[in-house]
Amino acid sequence: MALDQSFVGRSYPPTEPPYEVGREKIREFAEAIGDANPVYTDAEAAKALGYPDVIAPPTFVFAITFKAAGQVIADPQLGLDYSRVVHGDQKFAYSRPVRAGDRLTVTSTIEAVKSLAGNDIVDIRGEVHDESGEHVVTAWTKLVARAAEEA
Amino acid sequence: MAAKVSFDEVEVGTELPAGAFPVTRATLVQYAGASGDFNPIHWNERFAREVGLPDVIAHGMFTMAEAARVVTDWAGDPGAVVEYGVRFTKPVVVPDDGEGAVIHVTGKVAAKLDDRCVRVDLTAMSAGQKVLGMSRAVVRLA
Repeated sequence: MALDQSFVGRSYPPTEPPYEVGREKIREFAEAIGDANPVYTDAEAAKALGYPDVIAPPTFVFAITFKAAGQVIADPQLGLDYSRVVHGDQKFAYSRPVRAGDRLTVTSTIEAVKSLAGNDIVDIRGEVHDESGEHVVTAWTKLVARAAEEA
Repeated sequence: MAAKVSFDEVEVGTELPAGAFPVTRATLVQYAGASGDFNPIHWNERFAREVGLPDVIAHGMFTMAEAARVVTDWAGDPGAVVEYGVRFTKPVVVPDDGEGAVIHVTGKVAAKLDDRCVRVDLTAMSAGQKVLGMSRAVVRLA
């Protein structure tokens, strides 16, 4: 069944409470991707590059925006079959890197809803702001719910 | 920000040092924990096959993170990345054979932009297949 086009443009309230970015969480993520860059683990190395504390790898923020996108995915009115969802595209545009101590909120908006060859496609934009209201990063996520196999 | 590469010294076509990133089942379990993405297609072979996959596959975001390392290692400052996007074209299949898979990433400067930025086009391959499409990063250089 084709998804409801009226969802295009719908925004969801900013996530509450803010996600607090921890140094050890950044370290854990950097270790998981095998990246030994000291700017992720050593505050002095980060300061040498002009940052107030360790920064996170570029894709770290996805964990936060994807959780926020869960509001959209789980919206029963939208009717997306999550068991068939795969990640199609991902893009980020950064105003600055995410860093330890950030308290981040995400505002998710549905940018597009399409049905192509039985696949349902949803484009979600997540705007990430810090505690002072400044923009940190925007994440665009394309999710594809694959067509169910014919019986 | 303090990228260690100078915009003035970079030309279109400049190749970045390539990277080869191994991924095993243990890597995927570790990444699942760190990222919070516990989808069983990334660690449970029985489940992966039930949903039509050939085997356990790596998280797309893991592959995206590895491809980014070629850019951030080159630029010197991960915070110099202004934009980064990919299309997930093929899964990275990770067999349980003690060796797993390897993600091979190459990149080159495709365009010089305004504001001392360059666009880097990345190619990520695993088992002879292109696993990321339209993989591009915009980086602000020194």
